[in-house]
Amino acid sequence: MDNVELLSRIQFAFTIAFHYIYPPLSIGLGVCLVIMEGLYLKTKDKVYEELTRFWVRIFALIFGIGVATGIVMEFEFGTNWATYSRYVGDIFGSALAAEGIFAFALESAFLGILLFGWNKVSPRVHFMATILVALGSIFSALWIVVANSWQQTPSGYRIEGTGMQARAIVTDFWAMVFNPSSIERYSHVLIGALLAGSFLVLSVSAWYILKKKYIAHAEAAFRIALWVAAISALAQLFTGSKSAEVVTKYQPAKLAAMEGHFEKSAPGDMYLMGWVNAKEQKTIGLKIPGGLSFLVHHDVNAPIPGLNSIKPENRPTAVNFVFQTYHAMIAIGMTLIGLTLLGLFMLYRKKLFQTRWLMGVFVFSVLLPQIGNQVGWYTAEVGRQPWVVYGLLRTSDALSQAVKAEHVLASLIMFTLIYVMLFVLFLYLLNKKIQHGPDVISDDETSSRMNPSMSPIFNE
Amino acid sequence: MSEKAVTIRQQYALFHSLTLSLFFPLLMDTVLGIDLPTWWFLLIGALISGYGILDGFDLGAGALHLFFRKEQSRRIALNAIGPVWDGNEVWLVIGAGSLFAAFPLVYGTILSVFYLPFMLFLVAIIFRGISIEFRSKEKMKWWHQLWDISYCVSSTVISLLLGLVLGNLIQGIPLNANHEFVGRLRDFFNPYAILIAVTVLSLFMMHGAMYLLMKTEDRLYAKLTIIANNTSKFFILCFMATSMATLIYVPHMTAIFKEYPELFALGIAAVLIVLNIRRSIEKRQYRRGFISSSVTTALLLILFAMGLYPNLVLSTIDPKGSISIYEAASSDGSLRTMLLFAAIGMPLVATYTVFMFWTFRGKVKLEEHSY
Ligand code: HDD
Ligand code: HEM
Ligand code: HEM
Repeated sequence: MDNVELLSRIQFAFTIAFHYIYPPLSIGLGVCLVIMEGLYLKTKDKVYEELTRFWVRIFALIFGIGVATGIVMEFEFGTNWATYSRYVGDIFGSALAAEGIFAFALESAFLGILLFGWNKVSPRVHFMATILVALGSIFSALWIVVANSWQQTPSGYRIEGTGMQARAIVTDFWAMVFNPSSIERYSHVLIGALLAGSFLVLSVSAWYILKKKYIAHAEAAFRIALWVAAISALAQLFTGSKSAEVVTKYQPAKLAAMEGHFEKSAPGDMYLMGWVNAKEQKTIGLKIPGGLSFLVHHDVNAPIPGLNSIKPENRPTAVNFVFQTYHAMIAIGMTLIGLTLLGLFMLYRKKLFQTRWLMGVFVFSVLLPQIGNQVGWYTAEVGRQPWVVYGLLRTSDALSQAVKAEHVLASLIMFTLIYVMLFVLFLYLLNKKIQHGPDVISDDETSSRMNPSMSPIFNE
Repeated sequence: MSEKAVTIRQQYALFHSLTLSLFFPLLMDTVLGIDLPTWWFLLIGALISGYGILDGFDLGAGALHLFFRKEQSRRIALNAIGPVWDGNEVWLVIGAGSLFAAFPLVYGTILSVFYLPFMLFLVAIIFRGISIEFRSKEKMKWWHQLWDISYCVSSTVISLLLGLVLGNLIQGIPLNANHEFVGRLRDFFNPYAILIAVTVLSLFMMHGAMYLLMKTEDRLYAKLTIIANNTSKFFILCFMATSMATLIYVPHMTAIFKEYPELFALGIAAVLIVLNIRRSIEKRQYRRGFISSSVTTALLLILFAMGLYPNLVLSTIDPKGSISIYEAASSDGSLRTMLLFAAIGMPLVATYTVFMFWTFRGKVKLEEHSY
């Protein structure tokens, strides 16, 4: 692997992983905002209004960084993966353009009204803006995931030209959009985003409850987010197993790597946890014998093709990595189901907000969906290697010809420095906003003390 | 069959034939007599012009930011673009996405050839976005100062880099017959490209000043009248220098006038409109001036596009190295589907844009949600 390839891969992985901290939060929070503001319009309860305003401010911060890091992603296809861009432009480009036209324009235009329009438009129009921003972010995930799914399970295309001139041409637009994995993966990604957003609300609210601040607001928000989180966590198990079926059918090499399955043709086991020794082709750990066979063929003895049935040059290399990330995701999924169901049970018993240890767990639980989303992508993307377009284009063939290793190194160092700084600032400002809390308008004394921007500081 | 069912069927048939006739043009090789790659050439040109006009004024406002000395002035200037800048930037995202979709070969070539300038561009885009967002989040003076500088510098750098790339694309870049780049990075910093970079910056600053004039009152307004006056003079100077330099050093851009002398009218129109900007500024009709500078931005890009067509990238060393729209285009099927997308989507985008500007019309008033 030459340096341009290695560096470009690291840069792509780093920038996309960083970007992917924010969009899921925007999407999930967007949905929570719609519920909060909807409840406010329905009940006219000030608490919901103050909650909405508070979470809109946090939303703005997250959204801003999402936009800044997202534009990097779009350009990176051209700068670092020019051959790839030419190869898939017909398909991938259409999806990216559609994303801009149908999703980002909607999000960005109405974001202005969501943030600054409180006194400019009626509450109903403001609510509509909130809904449109949330819809916009949901649409943007649609197109990008469709494009990525096409890379995983290409369909509706033909290849034109050969060698360096080869490219994929759309023959059937709808077959391209609804390729075998789009629906499964889109629903899985979307629900992952709902988990990320709702757990942020849960975490912050639990912290207020522990600190005995803004109790009314925190409990209201916690209830909303708990329902969103519980439904999502259960649904995630379902969409995840659908994704596993798709992988079994279309990407046998990835499936074999996910479960560390080497034998050419033997029943597949399902591991709860384990370790893969790729050199000796052994996987050890806690397993359900025949579990994988049962999951995908409903028969514990059904053979599953292992890594050895695949040509060595077409096997994913980082088998243990794929195994670990995949199992981490599932463990997180199960934990989230347990945690949210426990929360609902305690809510039903009316003991939830008094159970301090559980509130403490919820404060830290915000990390779980984040990690889940990250490792989920690592599984999907690293498991797809050595292909960038599965079975069609190798990652090593996808690079820009004009770019030199030292240039990529320079940009990689630059992105690393900037993103580290950005992340620190993000955490600092997020923490500050959380410490500040919602502006409680009924209580004048606290609000002018807590909210500097409301005090008359503009008289120079 | 009941009478009701008949009318429903008739209505359906009418609806069907209407929609078909609406989209029928999209089923032919050419749409309204224009072939598909040319449609996309025009559409992307329109998107880039839209980006230049919309983001142009907030980049310009950013580049002027440090001229405003008082905290309140800076806040007003920032809040004048606060609710709209993100929507403006989306035109860049759509433009780049469309270039990717319609001419993937050009997308890959331009971005990878200008690798470092585009990386710098991305850094500036990041810093501009976060400066606007972060500035108001702390009240320390140094914090405001820091993000003010970052905002001003990044806006300036974005404008200059856009101009630098444009300047190089006007002259052409060294591509061999296989469209591989055979030049050196430092050749990008040639005098002509730098002149174009400064011209773009001066255009945006003038454009931004006039936008701010429409949004401000009192002392800041008074200050901006001076700034608008100076930047417009500076722009006219740059404009003349650019026109001369293009006539002398880049003959292929003016060749089209020899072929179609009637197009010379466009060049004259550009000059008249630029003069009209000065006139509007002298008469203090800033809305008119803003419209004129918007038209100027579009006209200059149209002139560039006409010099280029049917190529997208010119090679300086081998005519076979130039990339034409036909060579770079995606398949007809894709272009057609996306033209349909654009036909549905762009009116929507235009509607949001108008709605957004309409909601935030009038002079800026600072309030609790302001930056
Ligand atoms: C699951 C959802 C999802 C995924 C997988 C991605 N994004 Fe993203 N992206 C979003 C969801 C999103 C979003 C939620 O819609 C954002 C975050 C904040 C925002 O403004 O929109 C966004 C912002 C955003 C922007 C800025 C848009 C603007 O100016 O408003 C661009 C250009 C991209 N993204 C491009 C990409 C690319 C090229 C990706 C893949 C390689 C990618 N995104 C992965
Ligand atoms: C839909 C858009 C996407 C495209 C076109 C895409 C394509 C690519 C490409 C070109 C690479 C570099 C080559 C390589 O695989 O090493 C890559 C790697 C990677 N991508 Fe994606 N990807 C997309 C979405 C995502 C998203 C949303 C994530 C979220 C985190 C992601 C995570 C990764 C990771 C972690 C790698 C590194 C894999 C490795 O180094 O082996 N990808 N992908
Ligand atoms: C509960 C059990 C879960 C199962 C069985 C499961 C299964 C899967 C499978 C098989 C894939 C790979 C799909 C592919 O490569 O095409 C995947 C990907 C992914 N998972 Fe999960 N998952 C679960 C939980 C979660 C949770 C809790 C999250 C995050 C909160 C999550 C986030 C993701 C993401 C972001 C991807 C990458 C996108 C994609 O390929 O769909 N998953 N999951």
